Amino acid sequence: MHVPDGFLDAPTSVATGAVAAAGIAVALSKAREELDERTAPLAGLTAAFVFAGQMINFPVGVGTSGHLMGGALAAVLVGPWTAVLVMSVVLMIQSLLFADGGLTALGTNITLIGIATVAAGWLVTRALLAVLPRRPASVVPAAAVAAFVSVPAAAAVFVLLFSAGGQASLPFGPLLGTMLGWHLLIGIGEALITGLTVSAVVAVRPDLVYAARDLRPTLKLRQADGTLINAAPSPAGTGRTDDHAGSRVGLRAVLAGGALAAALIAGVLSFLASGSPDGLERVAESEGFADSARDHAFGNFALADYGEIGGIPVGLAGLLGVVVTVIIGLAVFRFVRRRTDREENVSA
Amino acid sequence: MSSAHSHLLYRHGDSILHRLPAHAKLLALVGFMLVVVATPRDRYLAFAGYAVLLAFVAVAADVPFKFIATRMVVEAPFVVFAVLLPVISTGPRVDVLGLSLSEDGLLAGWNILAKGTLGVVAAILLAATTDARDMLIGLQRLRLPARLVEIAAFMVRYADVVVADMQRMRIARESRAFEGRRLGRLRVVAQSAGALFIRSYERGERVHLAMLSRGYAGAMPLVGHAPVARRAWVSVATLPLAAVGVAVVSGWFA
Repeated sequence: MHVPDGFLDAPTSVATGAVAAAGIAVALSKAREELDERTAPLAGLTAAFVFAGQMINFPVGVGTSGHLMGGALAAVLVGPWTAVLVMSVVLMIQSLLFADGGLTALGTNITLIGIATVAAGWLVTRALLAVLPRRPASVVPAAAVAAFVSVPAAAAVFVLLFSAGGQASLPFGPLLGTMLGWHLLIGIGEALITGLTVSAVVAVRPDLVYAARDLRPTLKLRQADGTLINAAPSPAGTGRTDDHAGSRVGLRAVLAGGALAAALIAGVLSFLASGSPDGLERVAESEGFADSARDHAFGNFALADYGEIGGIPVGLAGLLGVVVTVIIGLAVFRFVRRRTDREENVSA
Repeated sequence: MSSAHSHLLYRHGDSILHRLPAHAKLLALVGFMLVVVATPRDRYLAFAGYAVLLAFVAVAADVPFKFIATRMVVEAPFVVFAVLLPVISTGPRVDVLGLSLSEDGLLAGWNILAKGTLGVVAAILLAATTDARDMLIGLQRLRLPARLVEIAAFMVRYADVVVADMQRMRIARESRAFEGRRLGRLRVVAQSAGALFIRSYERGERVHLAMLSRGYAGAMPLVGHAPVARRAWVSVATLPLAAVGVAVVSGWFA
């Protein structure tokens, strides 16, 4: 999702640049509370970790390459403010040293991948942790669902930006639907990786998971006279606990969480959709799959006016996007797998 | 950690571009890209001019065209989008080779393709002639917040370490006959990611303690960086100024 130069017009790029700068400024002052004096080295390390995670890149077509974004993962592991810094640094380095993402679009990329995913991820994590039982293992499903939501959230922000400052006239509703469709699938991958990664960390070092900080059970000490008291909290980063509860919450819980979130989002989307019977037909037409020579129903669609979704069935477009994505994704996955197999055989 | 001084796109050399200070190059690149992005999309001549300018820079930097071409793959997903735009865009249609395409979409696709490609090539040229350490010093001299520079410095240092750790774990998995075939195996991969995080984190803690015990107080010392000579600024300003020239000249023909 690294936006290149010239993708959005100048005012939008400048505006997102300002948002990014403001976000980083706030994060810089707030991050001190999260990581005490160890801030820079460990944030840098998390950045390297997210960077390594982002290297696993799979193309899904239509303007986006799917890879771990890592915003939700970083937020859960090191806290939201540090995560914003971490993601910004990753994007900056990628744009400067790897030519990935345009330099004039750096603000846009930080807003999308740095701030939007972290904000969505962290808010969802907090909301779920408020509901789930108070133990470190609860962080795992929370992180998975947060990661799942964070990807389509960033995609939605992208569509808003594209509507405001995109260089082409694409109808807002179908674009939103298609983007959400694509990114729901990417989100499932993000949720799986994030959930399993967090579950592995929670199982071994729950003290390293920022979101689980307050969830660790307090150590009870039995006094000589037999009464139980709470031990004084140990400083963060030193105590190893033998809490292996997290390892039980594995793939199944993550999958269930992802499915639940998918159902929720699909429900919300279909609620938005109008009951017009020719919905699918219209989307197909606007997307150019149907008879593209005909006069366009959306020819006079006011692009900038993105408050009005009107009669465009977002849910249906989303479903269509998901179906198409699954088919193409499976094909790409097969292709890539066959190729990597061959390459591995050669290199071995 | 000796490899921390180079990176994937860096190409060792001693051209005039290699010798220019990083922050000056960075400013020139941003200036150039601003001109490119601000150019109206139907001034085709101007984009050809920008491409010629970048070709000159590539020759001056002693970077072969093949080197640039093979590293342009990062742009691929957006090329797909640019190619699809004429088909999925709305608005008046024109017939091109028997296909009914959106006029607006054609222009928009061209716009994304041209500007995106120029941006990627320019960024590759910067990265090919600037090593990671110089880039960080450049960012520092551009007054990027010290905390961010610090994080970036640690990231650049640790990236190789983390990636190498990742490779070792992959070899360990494969030597135990692991094959990442079925979805169920995702669990193993993700647990490796978790283990990777813990390993890296604990390593970071040790490194940080070692740094503290050697007197690290939050900033790396900046050694031996003289102020930029005026001649360097002049040569660096050539690119954005030439781009402005191209834009103006193309305006006469439009």
